[in-house]
Amino acid sequence: MSEAVPRKLKVATVSLAGCFGCHMSFLDIDEYLFELLDKIEFDRSPLTDLKHCGPCDIGLVEGGVCNAENVHVLREFRRQCKTLIALGACAINGGLPAQRNHLDIGHCLQAVYLSRPGLAGGHVPDDPELPLPLDKVHPIHEVVRVDYFLPGCPPTGEAIWRFLSDLIAGRTPRLDYPMLHFD
Amino acid sequence: MVTDAVVTDADLALESILDRYGRWPTHLLQMLIAAQELDGWLPPARITRLATALGLPRARVEGVAGFYSFLYLRPVGRYRVLFSDNIIERMQGSQALMAALAARLWVEPGKVSEDGLVSVDTTSCIGMGDQGPAALVNGQPLTRLTRERVEAIGDLIRCGVPVADWPEEFFRVDDGVCRRDGLLGLAMAPGAALTAALARGREGWLAELEASRLRGRGGAGFTTAVKWLACRDAPDPHKVVVCNADEGEPGTFKDRVLLASRADLVFEGMTLAAWATGAREGFLYLRGEYRYLLPHLEAVLAGRRAAGLLGADIAGQAGFDFDIEIHLGAGAYVCGEESALLESLEGKRGTPRIRPPFPVTHGYLGRPTVVNNVETLAKTCLVALQGGAAFARTGTAQSTGTKLLSISGDCPRPGVYEFPFGVTLRQVLEACGAERTQAVQVGGASGVTLAPYEFDRRIAFEDVPTAGAFMIFDDQRDMFEVARNFVHFFAHESCGFCTPCRVGTALLKGYMDKLADGHGAYRDLAEIEWLDRLLKNASHCGLGSSAPNPVIDTLVKFRPAYERRLGRADFEPAFDLDGALARARQMTGRDDAGAHLSNAPEAQP
Repeated sequence: MSEAVPRKLKVATVSLAGCFGCHMSFLDIDEYLFELLDKIEFDRSPLTDLKHCGPCDIGLVEGGVCNAENVHVLREFRRQCKTLIALGACAINGGLPAQRNHLDIGHCLQAVYLSRPGLAGGHVPDDPELPLPLDKVHPIHEVVRVDYFLPGCPPTGEAIWRFLSDLIAGRTPRLDYPMLHFD
Repeated sequence: MVTDAVVTDADLALESILDRYGRWPTHLLQMLIAAQELDGWLPPARITRLATALGLPRARVEGVAGFYSFLYLRPVGRYRVLFSDNIIERMQGSQALMAALAARLWVEPGKVSEDGLVSVDTTSCIGMGDQGPAALVNGQPLTRLTRERVEAIGDLIRCGVPVADWPEEFFRVDDGVCRRDGLLGLAMAPGAALTAALARGREGWLAELEASRLRGRGGAGFTTAVKWLACRDAPDPHKVVVCNADEGEPGTFKDRVLLASRADLVFEGMTLAAWATGAREGFLYLRGEYRYLLPHLEAVLAGRRAAGLLGADIAGQAGFDFDIEIHLGAGAYVCGEESALLESLEGKRGTPRIRPPFPVTHGYLGRPTVVNNVETLAKTCLVALQGGAAFARTGTAQSTGTKLLSISGDCPRPGVYEFPFGVTLRQVLEACGAERTQAVQVGGASGVTLAPYEFDRRIAFEDVPTAGAFMIFDDQRDMFEVARNFVHFFAHESCGFCTPCRVGTALLKGYMDKLADGHGAYRDLAEIEWLDRLLKNASHCGLGSSAPNPVIDTLVKFRPAYERRLGRADFEPAFDLDGALARARQMTGRDDAGAHLSNAPEAQP
């Protein structure tokens, strides 16, 4: 009697305060995507355009946390995913968006919406639909518990593939030095 | 100088500083310290001039200046008050005193007052734990600060009274010797130990030192004779003797007492080392906090030169030439590590070197160098006078002789105590009158935290080794705060060279502060323990690897002090999420539900 086909793992991905570069790098695993799709299926992800995340095995989070919506999405991921991974430099350290951290967010809003040359009668948008920005951009582990960190800006497709295959196979993911060495 | 249109007095003064130090790049740190006295800080133009005159890249000069806490690349107040911020001074009320002084002078701690008059800030332990709270004002130590004294100091500063004219009593530093044994009880005429060693001949003298089994008093406990022999036998004939007087370990002050009252023993010990190794050059590296001792030490050196105990043909021994130069540090704990000290001595940033090679073969300027602690060198005089066998009769099998302990904290009689090695913690606590003791930190911030069930352990290299710090905490003290103070200390003193230490100490500080702020969660304890392991295993030098010691020990022995700071959740955000939206709420005028965040994820839909 043949073995039962193992259940496909559910994977969700999201980009918070990131540039989608990590997702692009993920797509760079090219033909391995077919192999991957034999083992997983995507839940919420830019690839599926699902807006909410159901119960998942693995969550990949690109980008840091820069506004209230990021916090809600990240918490949903933490609630739904057994294993949560900080994918790339911004999720791990705040990255490029955190360059604004030495500026006062109030002054930023003022400069953009009130005092920009050529702007008449502007006001800071106050529509409740819009998420409010946090005063600083934070790495995701400061908001929720994170299980793994996959560094890189972006991590190479090879690194992402290796990391996910380890995880799927039940091995503790471990990247060799060249995969973590960027200069 | 020829091409410059304007030559100011300061330029001329700088030229004379350059000349005084022979324009040697090895004396860059000394020149920077001297140059800073011209304006109280180091303006960019002065850095440039120094770099040009020494033929060094400007970045190198600024890099050195930027490394040391007591060198300033930005203007500072005409009065700089730095409160010693060790846990002992905090227990003595230093924080309230600093706040009181800052309030009286209308200045925010850490900033220069708008009129440029004064700055008030903290600094790492200045070695006055037995007579604190203490502070430095323009480098001079102020001891036994009280509310009244701080108010008087505030008035003196506001009236612009020069520090030299302040009441002498404010600057009184006591030796505070509470127990004497072989070393502190010794009354030696300068030169007596040297005469005894010379009479034995080089080999005979080294044989005595070997027989004494003297081990280094700086903490590591390396056998002194082995070090001296290795230096003597190194191929390069230009040997160097260095006295490590960079007593920066929080809670230690016994070297200060030796330098203040037994300087002859220290210098004589250096000369004994020179006799053994053939060194002609000696340096005493004096921590910047002890700069007030410099005139005294220079006077002792002058006296010894006049007495023929330094210079050429020392004590009448033809060809025995040796002299000692004092180099100042400028506020960098890491320079107490011998290879960092050598870097600093060469006029560089105090970044520890990779060992091997060890200083005994490749030390100062690559020459064979003996680096010994102040107390070790003083002890060699005892060996010379009494002989090695007599010296070895005191102490334990592996730790001969006595040990000076700097006792501070919760006890009625803090001060310097000399005990034979092998003394138990209990005996020490009884001697200084400590009661209801909950913990003793032996060996300073990088040492061990011992709980009452360990008080029968012994001060000795084979049990509890120590460079001499002995900080006592009674049952009213919060051991988490003790550890947190030390973690802040290490984060401040990390030299920044290696990532595990530079980042690890900062992360550890972040977690300790998170707990202190009431945002701790069980998960944070796991992160702290992981960081402890990382620092221990991955750091470049001993600073990083010992930085987690106070946390490791208190987590084992005083874990409830951590646990009571944890919330009920397994995980707590690192910051106040709703507070982080406050500025945006203010700018948009919004106060709807979406304009708020809860810190507890369960509360969200």
